[in-house]
Amino acid sequence: MRLRPSVDAAPGRSPRQAIPFLLPALVVLAALVLYPLVFSLIRSFFDASGEKFVGLGNYVETFTDPRTLIAFRNNVIWVVVAPAAVTGIGLILAVLTERIRWATAFRLVLFMPMAISLFASGIIFRLVYEEAPNQGVVNAALVGVHDIFSPASQYPGARPRDGYAATEAGFTAIRPSRAGDTITVPLIGHPPQDVPPQALPASPPTAGAGELRGVLWLDVSIGGRAGAVDPTERGLPGVAVEAVRDGKVVARTTTGDDGRFTFPDLGAGDVTVRLPPENFALPFRGLTWLGPSFITPVIISSWIWIMTGFAITFIAAGLSAIPRDALEAARVDGATEWQVFKRVTVPLLSPVLLVVFVTLVINVLKIFELVFVIAPGSVQSEANVLALQMWQVSFGTGGDQGAGSALAVILFLLVAPAMLFNIRRFRRERS
Amino acid sequence: MTAVADEVRIDVPVSGTPKRGVLTRAVSRLGNGVVQVVLALVAVFWLVPVFGLLIASLRDESANTASGWWTVFTRPAELTLENYADLVANQAVWQSFLNTFYIAVPATVLVVVMASLASYALAWIEFPGRETLTVVVVGLLVMPIQVALIPVAKLFGALGLFGTITGVVLFHVAFGLPFAIFLLRNFFTGIPRDLIEAARMDGATEWVIFKRVILPVAKPAIASLTIFQFLWVWNDLLVALVFADQDSAPITVALRAQLRQFGTNIDMLSTGAFLSMIVPLGVFLVFQKYFVQGVLAGSTK
Repeated sequence: MRLRPSVDAAPGRSPRQAIPFLLPALVVLAALVLYPLVFSLIRSFFDASGEKFVGLGNYVETFTDPRTLIAFRNNVIWVVVAPAAVTGIGLILAVLTERIRWATAFRLVLFMPMAISLFASGIIFRLVYEEAPNQGVVNAALVGVHDIFSPASQYPGARPRDGYAATEAGFTAIRPSRAGDTITVPLIGHPPQDVPPQALPASPPTAGAGELRGVLWLDVSIGGRAGAVDPTERGLPGVAVEAVRDGKVVARTTTGDDGRFTFPDLGAGDVTVRLPPENFALPFRGLTWLGPSFITPVIISSWIWIMTGFAITFIAAGLSAIPRDALEAARVDGATEWQVFKRVTVPLLSPVLLVVFVTLVINVLKIFELVFVIAPGSVQSEANVLALQMWQVSFGTGGDQGAGSALAVILFLLVAPAMLFNIRRFRRERS
Repeated sequence: MTAVADEVRIDVPVSGTPKRGVLTRAVSRLGNGVVQVVLALVAVFWLVPVFGLLIASLRDESANTASGWWTVFTRPAELTLENYADLVANQAVWQSFLNTFYIAVPATVLVVVMASLASYALAWIEFPGRETLTVVVVGLLVMPIQVALIPVAKLFGALGLFGTITGVVLFHVAFGLPFAIFLLRNFFTGIPRDLIEAARMDGATEWVIFKRVILPVAKPAIASLTIFQFLWVWNDLLVALVFADQDSAPITVALRAQLRQFGTNIDMLSTGAFLSMIVPLGVFLVFQKYFVQGVLAGSTK
């Protein structure tokens, strides 16, 4: 990738003829880019009103303001993580696409996010990471996987009406029972329409010698007597019940379709009936992706989705310029594909990788829209970045154009090395 | 970085490939199978988020609040164009959609015209300071627009351009020019010297050379620039957020107000976002070659 050789104009042409060609562009650039740059620099030394000179006051304020410091921290995270990730993923995928026939189609798909707005991409990922598992696909997938390994409880949130204490180990009966007793466990807090279809009407058990018997049913208070088994009420099948003696589980059983349960061989002595918590565990709802702890990684992931296609295409163009002979020579010498990749491809590509990397760093420093759209208002301060903070301070809630100008100048200074990098590369390519 | 990177891949036929054992070949074929599967998964991974947005835009509010877009596979009857009808009927949103054109088209035309003229001078007319000017343009490539927001807002305020489409257009032109000049200058300098010399011998003026010699040859570069610049402006949020008012807002700014209640606004936001994506996606699919070249050339922007 080189510039075409530079040319000199034909001698004898008057420089004045350049003026009409250059004038429109120069006027616009001078008025709307260069003059503003100087203005911002000067403005950054004045206070919010623009009348009082404060020297470096705005900069001091900027570097002590906790909101801006978070923005700085996030920009550092972005710069350290995101460009390297995209360059690495881009390199691997670009090398892999050399081995498939549908490389063009593949690159087209991955390049597509570059064509749409960051705003639209932001909405796309806000939807992807939406917390409710019935809206966000990531949490839906997480919940799906989670429920395979630990199935959801049958009666989430249900609890005994009274006579039981909620403990770590589950709902524990306040009064002890013994063999020969019958107990009733009225359960509330479960929607009647969600009772399993095989449930049968509940009825209190009769006492049996040497056995502890009981019934566990859904106690509907409306249209029934609280705490008593009414004819219309149904037993709750499949609830685990434990008998505990001296802190140890001595027997364990599960309710039948009519809600009845029996402990046959308890022996002598009191036991405490306990309903273990897995019966009533609330369902797993996924993670709060858009909350304060995950917000920056989430936004970075969306940026990776956007920029990877660019990296692949750029690197692939560089790959095609690598002489095939070099690769083949290494293969003939018995190098494995991995060695070829590490010892030949990557070193030969390093100038291209550097350009990609620098480009991505510049892009990352200016990141604005993605944070603006993906981070919900309440966590925007946690996801804050400099470009967003500059807008907030100058035009959003802040209204302080002195501090805003200081942030703009800082942003300019941060991209200045990239500016020099470009100029040097440009000069080198010309000579 | 070439101005117009040639996408044409030349597969050099390789001679002298060593004979490989059956085992090696089997492993490599298996490896290729794995590569195919992995890349196919990656491609699906890239498409799913967009597909989800599309489906969400085709389901009404109650469907979107009740269940995820993926349930559409079991309930395809839920698909409806209602959201799009509602959005188009919404005067403010429709106006913002039109505004996006009113902003993007002039901002593209002006950049292409101004940059072509300036690039010609930088490439083919000798004048003092030409080198410096070119380097300044290269330097401006990465200029963050934040440095100009406050001063230009003041300037536009004084000129009565704040909150107008003209103001938004002008700002886009200013920040589109460095890249545009960079791209076209690189292309123009690659035009064979003989073409220009011959025309000069014939006594053609610079204007005639520009129009008759340069422009016809430079069509591919101008196409790349046009598409790149158009999409760049079309997709903007920040510039319009600062410089447009309610009546001149493009669709991104108009939709932003709906972001507050994302969960209950999915139907409207996904529809709006997809509406705003239709134009770029169409342009991308039709002119992808030019767009990719433009992006590669403008990698520093």
